[in-house]
Amino acid sequence: MSAAPGQTVGPFFHLGLPYEGGNDLVPPGRAGAIRLHGRVLDGDGVAVPDAMIEIWQADPDGKVCRVPGSLRRDGWTFTGFGRAATDADGHYWFSTVEPGETQPGRPPFFAVTVFARGLLDRLFTRAYLPDPDVYGADPLLGAVAPARRHTLVATRDEQGLVFDIHLQGPRETVFLSFPKHRGVWA
Amino acid sequence: MTTQADIDREIQAGLDSSREHQPRLDYPAYRSSILRHPTKALQPVDPEGVELWAPCFGHSDVGEAEADLTIQHSGEPQGSRITVSGRVLDGDGRAVPHQLVEIWQANAAGRYAHLRDQHPAPLDPNFSGQGRCLTDADGWYKFTTIQPGPYPWRNHLNAWRPAHIHFSLFGTDFTQRLVTQMYFPGDPLFPLDPIFQSVTDPKAREALIATYEHDLTSPEFSLGYRWDIVLTGSHRTPLDTDEELA
Ligand SMILES: [Fe+3]
Repeated sequence: MSAAPGQTVGPFFHLGLPYEGGNDLVPPGRAGAIRLHGRVLDGDGVAVPDAMIEIWQADPDGKVCRVPGSLRRDGWTFTGFGRAATDADGHYWFSTVEPGETQPGRPPFFAVTVFARGLLDRLFTRAYLPDPDVYGADPLLGAVAPARRHTLVATRDEQGLVFDIHLQGPRETVFLSFPKHRGVWA
Repeated sequence: MTTQADIDREIQAGLDSSREHQPRLDYPAYRSSILRHPTKALQPVDPEGVELWAPCFGHSDVGEAEADLTIQHSGEPQGSRITVSGRVLDGDGRAVPHQLVEIWQANAAGRYAHLRDQHPAPLDPNFSGQGRCLTDADGWYKFTTIQPGPYPWRNHLNAWRPAHIHFSLFGTDFTQRLVTQMYFPGDPLFPLDPIFQSVTDPKAREALIATYEHDLTSPEFSLGYRWDIVLTGSHRTPLDTDEELA
């Protein structure tokens, strides 16, 4: 079967995609809650104010959640999915918890998708937790040129984690392609 | 000022030089893409952990009425009522059941109910232009809405988008995430539109165009369009179960 092509989210995605509570995977300020945040920047280092970030993550025990409730959150159920639009300064933020290891010995990460006006198809990346001891064992971090590895790793600040996304330029984020993305046309 | 003729030449150069089934990210005829596309090759990786699964959505997330964009206000919206329906399938032809489909669109006059849309066409107080539904057990979705109008944009002088509905889809694993646009058959603006033409393979572009289907047309109510959406393949085998994960 031939996969349908993607198309840009365009400038008006706020109408259909972001929703109340989309960026609060756990209520902000709850014990154990962290902020995961950063900026989306273009090839000139200028903020992208019309981007949207989605994260999809395991819970702190490394369990992949299989429960509904991401769109209408009850404040108690952790679903692992969040969606945030960038603000005028290209800034996005989530209130969440740190994911645990889904496989023993593999460094935990947030799966991240990036959408924006001007971006013709979505991009995938990963935001790893800052824990350099285990990077060598990771197939992705091991495969990426050392000079670009930092683009896949969040840094810590007082409230939690910072993960900037550079769509282009000298600090361009490493974006991913998965096996089934290749040869998608029969 | 860049004219349509300039853009036409750039589009033609793209069509002459490649036949790609997904949009080219580096596609300067769409001016906003110039500083917003990655210049380095995507890094191949095998999905693991959460990437092998998609978020779950349920009836607590999406109400039945959200699939009807014509009943969100007290009055009937302006324009032609349409039904848009089809199946969400994965790359192996399997239905994607009970999964979220989200849409947003302009009104009949080609105006979005969005602050950034200042095109001097009328807003419709009875049309907001966003909807959601869950696919059924066989992967079917169905929306009732209004035929959206084409609209101008500022990519170049006299640039107009063909009429379209924006779609957002999830599969059974996160790698299948797709945001795209559905177009209507026979639109004269197709050859002029750099967003549509960024997909340089003609057959792949056709996959973005709905077909008129009289069996979906309801007597004295709405015209029917069918649009099936094929996602990329799932990286999980159909034998995988939730239990294996525990
Ligand atoms: Fe649009």
